[in-house]
Amino acid sequence: MKITTYLLALLCPALLLTSCKKNNNETTPETKSTFTIEFDNQVNGSPLTLNTTTYKNAKGEDFKINVFKYYVSNIKLSKADGSSYLIPESYFLIDASKTESTNITLKDVPTGDYTKIEYTIGVDYARNFAGAQTGALDPANGMFWTWNSGYIFVKLEGSSPQSTAANNALTFHIGGVVDPNNTIRTFATEINATNPLRIRTDGKPNMHFIVNAAALFTGKTDVSFATLNFTMGGPNSVIVANNYANGLFRLDHIHN
Amino acid sequence: MLALSIALMYACSKNEDEVSQQETKIAFTVPSNFPAPTYNFEDNKLSNTGFALGKKLFYDARLSADKSVSCGSCHQQFAAFTQLDHKVSHGVNNCQGKRNTPPLINLAWQKAFFWDGGVKNIETSPLNAITDACEMGTDIQAIVTFLKATAPYPDMFKQAFGSTEINSQLILKSITQFTAMLVSANSKYDQVMRKENGAVFTTAEQAGYTLFKEKCSSCHAEPFFTDFSYRSNGLDLLSADEGRSHITSVQTDFGKFRVPTLRNIEYTSPYMHDGRFYSLDEVLNHYDSGVKAAENLDASLKNGIPLNSSQKEQIKAFLKTLTDHEFIKNTLFSES
Repeated sequence: MKITTYLLALLCPALLLTSCKKNNNETTPETKSTFTIEFDNQVNGSPLTLNTTTYKNAKGEDFKINVFKYYVSNIKLSKADGSSYLIPESYFLIDASKTESTNITLKDVPTGDYTKIEYTIGVDYARNFAGAQTGALDPANGMFWTWNSGYIFVKLEGSSPQSTAANNALTFHIGGVVDPNNTIRTFATEINATNPLRIRTDGKPNMHFIVNAAALFTGKTDVSFATLNFTMGGPNSVIVANNYANGLFRLDHIHN
Repeated sequence: MLALSIALMYACSKNEDEVSQQETKIAFTVPSNFPAPTYNFEDNKLSNTGFALGKKLFYDARLSADKSVSCGSCHQQFAAFTQLDHKVSHGVNNCQGKRNTPPLINLAWQKAFFWDGGVKNIETSPLNAITDACEMGTDIQAIVTFLKATAPYPDMFKQAFGSTEINSQLILKSITQFTAMLVSANSKYDQVMRKENGAVFTTAEQAGYTLFKEKCSSCHAEPFFTDFSYRSNGLDLLSADEGRSHITSVQTDFGKFRVPTLRNIEYTSPYMHDGRFYSLDEVLNHYDSGVKAAENLDASLKNGIPLNSSQKEQIKAFLKTLTDHEFIKNTLFSES
């Protein structure tokens, strides 16, 4: 294992050197390629099916999910040598009701072997207060609070017999970037060095993440829908964000 | 100032025969007695076509759920872009909102919007009114769909932004080209401050200004006549509207609202976040003797602001020097 790492560490700077020589002080055209990420939405190991399937939270309470959407942004890849690459303008809205949104493509990424990936669950501070945005951040996507500027980072709506809200509704709109109710969380995971994310001009790897929607309700604080069934920012959103910070995403495997 | 005069020149030139199709270019200019603006059109290049599109959108009631309410319905130019005689905003299906319509002036210098400061960027401000069930009661996607199918909008978007695309971003940017241009800085007060046209205060106005600086300007700071802070002025012992704490979830913000500008105050009645006072006399009487010991009452108002009747008259005389007649009548901003 170690030998491979050393070899790779040697190889990467070597590649950079050769490309430098070619153009002297001109901007060096690094080779770039593409990789994809699949977000596999699940609930405690079962596939997420909207509207129909009944799931159980950590308190043993039944619930159904009608809406499950979340932002993944500022995707950053790191190599074993500690160097990293922040993918510019990487903002993605994953919507469980739109299959095409669960598979994202990242283009123009410098080729190389990456051993760590991290990203923001939600949207960075600045963009929450920026002017009118488009694409994934278009307010038409229903993930922007019009009355209290900022994006909804994670939105889960559904129902539970235990919910005391009208129609037993569950409304979890997690967002807010101002202390003490800042809900920006970063997810980071190491990639097994024996099978790193190998981005090559002739190789477009796919990363497969399991996304556990039930992670909103367990972790630091097990949520009972009898007492918490509605939040749109504020202290209760922080409780939920602290739960999903670690449990929402898990890197399952990589197809190189 | 310059922008306004250019605008006036443009209005005049239309009447002269054939000054060609070359319109005077609309420009945003910082009045000499104002600081640098927060919004400077850096990512939203101001153009005549962008401004014209924004203005048309601003005055188009078809954008609302029942096609009865435009931005301009609650933001009327003759009332400095607030709504005359309405305590609270009056939206679709005759719905009454819960807060008084704020005037739209000098927004390019504002960092937060609405009475509670919930919205942080001028460009995204219209979304609040568009989506509020008691204002325009619709959603931005419905507006995008409508505009794509309604002439002359596709052509106007193309002229303004050079592409056939119509999306929420371009809608909001064009509306901002109109709203950020709403600069009111040519009141008598401004002319006195800038020593223009030999403008001088009358004795009563000057006495009012002196009193104002002594008793009011710690919150209603010049030159915007607000320091943009959030405060409770003790309207009620217990505020019916949570105000700023709705945004911050902080109890010490309960019942606080943004200090409103006093520019054009003569035309922006009724006053306060809930429009409870119809006259300046009522407002001054409140500060003189009506301030209640609310939970988060501003420290500076603990004893109210005692004013005798001649002082009240002097302050009113001064406040009327904040009226910008040129702004209120500027045809550049009028529904045409």
